[in-house]
Amino acid sequence: MRLLLIGLVAGLFSALFGVGGGIVIVPLLILVAHFVERPAMATSLGAVGLIALVGAFTYALHGEVKPGAAAVVGLPAAFGAVFGTALQQRLQGRTLSLAFAALLAGIAVWLLI
Amino acid sequence: MWALALAALLGVAAGVLSGLFGVGGGILFVPTLTLVLGLTQLHAEATSLLAILPTAAAGVWRQRSYGNVRWRAALVLGLGAIAGVEAGVQIAESLPEHALRRLFALLMLGVAAQLAWRALRKPPYAS
Repeated sequence: MRLLLIGLVAGLFSALFGVGGGIVIVPLLILVAHFVERPAMATSLGAVGLIALVGAFTYALHGEVKPGAAAVVGLPAAFGAVFGTALQQRLQGRTLSLAFAALLAGIAVWLLI
Repeated sequence: MWALALAALLGVAAGVLSGLFGVGGGILFVPTLTLVLGLTQLHAEATSLLAILPTAAAGVWRQRSYGNVRWRAALVLGLGAIAGVEAGVQIAESLPEHALRRLFALLMLGVAAQLAWRALRKPPYAS
């Protein structure tokens, strides 16, 4: 039930502010659902994939998706993600939390200006 | 040609960010698609969702072998979020966006501070 609510909040913020769901899901999983950093981030990525699948399908029906451009950024990103997850396994949970907090603060400042 | 190379490079960076932190990477995909590849904001946001698919799939595939994915939780979160998006689209049109954006940014700063505070209090050897 708590997870469903976290998802709901993430989707709501995502639609209202155009930020991805992961930015909301990860801290809520850690602070509210008491997940440890790595499972929180891995599980968030699974949820984000599901959200993107439904979202991309909906937009594609309206012809707004550019598959060529998606491939140009998305395929290199798949390799980047493999590297990123490997790097994550080598970092301590607290380091991940601190780096993620810095990312959040950076995005917040960017939204404010 | 240079634009394509730059877009691919930024794509790799988005992927690293995605794998490292469990986010989609849209925060980098969308500006790359608009500023480097010249898509409109709407097309960029739609296309970013498609680009997230191989990114998230690769990340989840690796995370599965590390044993970090809680599948049931991911499914419940995803389904909740899809419902949330629908609700968000409905209310987005009836609210003052600028004020909301600032409120959300302040909320994020608070969450960032709480995460950092919690991490700093935790002994360094705990995962």
